[in-house]
Amino acid sequence: MVEHIDLSQVNWARAQFALTAMYHWVFVPLTLGLSFLVAFFESIYVRTANEEWKRITKFWMTLFGINFAIGVATGIIMEFEFGTNWSNYSWMVGDIFGAPLAVEGIFAFFLEATFFAVMFFGWNRVSKGFHLFSTWMVAIGSNLSALWILVANGWMQYPVGMRFNPDTARFEMQNFWEVLFSPVAISKFTHATSSGFLLASLFVLGISSWYLLQERHQVMARRSIIVASVFGLLSSAYVAFTGDEAAYSVAQRQPMKLAAMEGLYDGRTSAPLIAAGLINAAKEPGDKQAPFAVELKIPGLLSLLANREAGSFVPGVNDLVFGNKEHNIIGAEERIEKGKIAVELLRTYKEARKAGDKDIANAALKAFGDYQDNLGYGYLNKPAEAVPPVGITFYAFHIMVITGTIFPLVFLFFLYFQAKGTLSYQSWLLSLGILCIPLGYIGQQAGWVLAEVGRQPWAIQGLLPVTVANSNLTTGTVQTTFFIFLALFTLLMIAEISIMLKQIKIGPEEN
Amino acid sequence: MIGNLDYSTLQQIWWIIASLVGSLFLFLTFVQGGQTLLFTVPRDAEEKALIINSLGRKWELTFTTLVLFGGALFAAFPKFYATSFGGAYWVWMLILFTFIVQAVSYEYRKKPGNFLGATTYEAFLFINGSVGILLIGAAVGTFFTGSSFSLNDYNQVTWQTPYRGLEAARNFFNLSLGLFLVFNARVLGAMYLINNVEHAALADRCRKSAWKSFLWSLPFLLYVVANLLFMKGYALNPATGEIFLQNAKYLQNLLGNPVTLLLLLVGLILVIYGVALTCFKNKNNGIWFSGIGTVLVGLAVFFLAGFNDTAFYPSSFDPQSSLTIYNASSSHYTLTAMTYVALSVPFVLAYIAYVWKQMDSKKLSLAELSSEDAEEMY
Ligand code: HDD
Ligand code: HEM
Ligand code: HEM
Repeated sequence: MVEHIDLSQVNWARAQFALTAMYHWVFVPLTLGLSFLVAFFESIYVRTANEEWKRITKFWMTLFGINFAIGVATGIIMEFEFGTNWSNYSWMVGDIFGAPLAVEGIFAFFLEATFFAVMFFGWNRVSKGFHLFSTWMVAIGSNLSALWILVANGWMQYPVGMRFNPDTARFEMQNFWEVLFSPVAISKFTHATSSGFLLASLFVLGISSWYLLQERHQVMARRSIIVASVFGLLSSAYVAFTGDEAAYSVAQRQPMKLAAMEGLYDGRTSAPLIAAGLINAAKEPGDKQAPFAVELKIPGLLSLLANREAGSFVPGVNDLVFGNKEHNIIGAEERIEKGKIAVELLRTYKEARKAGDKDIANAALKAFGDYQDNLGYGYLNKPAEAVPPVGITFYAFHIMVITGTIFPLVFLFFLYFQAKGTLSYQSWLLSLGILCIPLGYIGQQAGWVLAEVGRQPWAIQGLLPVTVANSNLTTGTVQTTFFIFLALFTLLMIAEISIMLKQIKIGPEEN
Repeated sequence: MIGNLDYSTLQQIWWIIASLVGSLFLFLTFVQGGQTLLFTVPRDAEEKALIINSLGRKWELTFTTLVLFGGALFAAFPKFYATSFGGAYWVWMLILFTFIVQAVSYEYRKKPGNFLGATTYEAFLFINGSVGILLIGAAVGTFFTGSSFSLNDYNQVTWQTPYRGLEAARNFFNLSLGLFLVFNARVLGAMYLINNVEHAALADRCRKSAWKSFLWSLPFLLYVVANLLFMKGYALNPATGEIFLQNAKYLQNLLGNPVTLLLLLVGLILVIYGVALTCFKNKNNGIWFSGIGTVLVGLAVFFLAGFNDTAFYPSSFDPQSSLTIYNASSSHYTLTAMTYVALSVPFVLAYIAYVWKQMDSKKLSLAELSSEDAEEMY
């Protein structure tokens, strides 16, 4: 089915997708959380009728709008990039994957687009109650858009509810509900949205800390800190809980990703968790080198977390590449052999059908049935290709978890000193609060790098490698658009940050 | 009931839904049309602010409709999505770039520290309204003139020109359709502003501008319609699935399908009636007539391309690779599921209409731009 694989073209397409998705994800998590925080502030305003709360609402809303605009700008390209850069992917799985994207448009984006205008321009045009309702609708709408896109992404990580149709050479949907309620989709949705709540809380906390350090807008800053710390603390607990759920899900459904996340080459029972470590970059699957230069282990914990059972067996990279009879693991090596047969049988079937030779076609189709589970592996050339970049995956995971451990402590400190009434004197804590903004963004990006790089070489886990998913373009074309995106998005982001900083400097209107 | 619909009925329903979304988008390009008026119609910064703020409350709706158009095509006709976007790469990329820069422009134009300066953002808006719409028109033109691509046995597309779709703009028919859409958007934009903004002098200039744009649009419209009636088209032989060139195919489609003919005629009359109301009767409601007219004409154009055994995305290089609504669609199951989802569309339209009725009950005026909530304004 693949006539010409141009690896450098595929890699540029991957780089382009990574670039645009990472830019989109700079802005999206803030939208997800800040929309709710603004809704909280406005709800308090409507209940108390206190004008100070209205000022607080409007201030954070202004920042929300600045971020939202560029979130939308970076979003539209994502929607079409599946077609432009992954056109074979779009054809092969469009029957399943297109649906959530369309539903997202109908249910989520219109909700946001419609009520966004009321939120910003409706203060004097609609009633107070309807305005508040609109603000909540924007928050719900943005989080609904997260739901549908994460259903789509969850399906790529764990394809369910479909079958391969040899006649059309594509995957076709068989059960919409299975796709929607896939456990991976749910763990992705809960984890990604709650991490957005967390990030927005850090954002509000950090900026308010800066005001306290500057001794400006102190009433607003303190009130914002209370709401953000409570929301942030709850969210970070939820992030840790859903993150554990996500890791369990990875262990059960994408064992290769888990092995890479933990740098585990030789599977074992009572596997230890690596709390921190330096990867040995020269290590290859199957060789005798140590995977780490240095590492800090917590004995037995990985088995417990990965399988919810102490002492259980966790497969490593080598088991998944070369197979492990004792634990009933079929390795990539064997699956590639079977996959090549499947590819060949599919070709025979197609050619026989075209030539009108029913007997050969039927025989090929029947035999194909036994091998088709390995079809995707047939496009890999050697077993090592089934292994994602271990270093990136490992570091991304650990960076995310480390940030996730710091944040709840920070929120606790803020609440504690706020209750004691001495927050303004804790300049170390206020500075830490500011520092947490970039840390939050780093954690966010790390999480997605883990999820997406750890999925390699698959576009659809186990079914469709990225080399087969791409469009038939030249390297030069994709390179050109890559650099246009890089320049354009960087330019727009500089403008965004500069406007944002200016607005923060100006602060809320004073009465 | 939906569960019992047969496959080809569902394929037709989805062509109608996709056409409807596309046609609504054409109506909503009044935002883009309005953006192209920025450098000529307003006399001072205040008037410019009025225009931007009036359009700025609607641009997301247009944008989101475009996104939905993409999503609906992906879900219902994935082969089209894969073939056209992956094949005619440069056209789509350029269109998207113009929408990317549009999305930040309203919010950033006036904000302190905006780095690029107000004029740059206004230029972005102009480019989106002109180049963006022109290219969309040219891309729709290829529904009739065809593109040079081929599909292999596994439906992977190979594009035959290095221009990757940009060659569409070299064809005079496609170009005319694009230019017509640009001028039509300008007509609609001017009418929308007349309806939405309270400013007598500005409205007067908008009326003049609407008339001028309308006159400009006519030759392109006539060229497109005349060509459509006489050009060869890519027809499908339903028995064999074969694609062949047929003389005056679209004229036959028009005559063979009275609904399409009616949509086209009523649509054109409504567009002209709206212009007449605006320019000669000094009425403010022309946008509704011309806007709905645009939707009907859009529907007619899409129906001509897709129905009556016609290839809606023909390949001039290898006609047998052409896409029809029957060979490019999703599976029976997916179309059924999506049709259930589509039942919610009237509900979505209803809340959008309700919200806008609330928001637009009072015209936008200079007084509001300097009111206490002015810091939210663009
Ligand atoms: C500041 C943000 C943040 C923080 C503190 C955490 N995460 Fe996270 N994580 C994300 C932000 C994130 C994310 C960016 O939102 C991801 C990417 C994909 C996804 O659904 O969420 C993610 C993905 C992700 C995945 C991969 C899922 C997959 O590949 O399908 C795992 C296993 C975890 N997380 C686990 C954790 C654990 C155990 C944490 C401990 C506290 C944690 N995360 C904190
Ligand atoms: C917005 C947050 C996201 C970020 C930051 C992100 C990041 C990345 C990265 C880093 C890659 C490159 C991986 C590699 O080639 O090594 C990638 C590829 C890709 N991602 Fe994502 N991703 C995000 C969300 C999504 C979602 C929601 C989807 C699908 C619904 C998706 C679909 C893809 C596809 C199709 C590719 C290209 C094929 C591949 O390389 O696997 N991504 N993404
Ligand atoms: C790679 C796949 C993705 C695609 C195709 C995509 C598509 C889009 C599009 C088209 C928009 C503009 C919507 C409009 O017209 O208003 C948008 C904005 C948005 N997207 Fe994405 N998106 C992707 C990844 C994500 C992820 C992973 C999330 C959340 C978990 C997300 C959440 C949002 C939100 C909340 C917005 C609202 C505007 C903003 O970002 O501030 N998107 N996206």
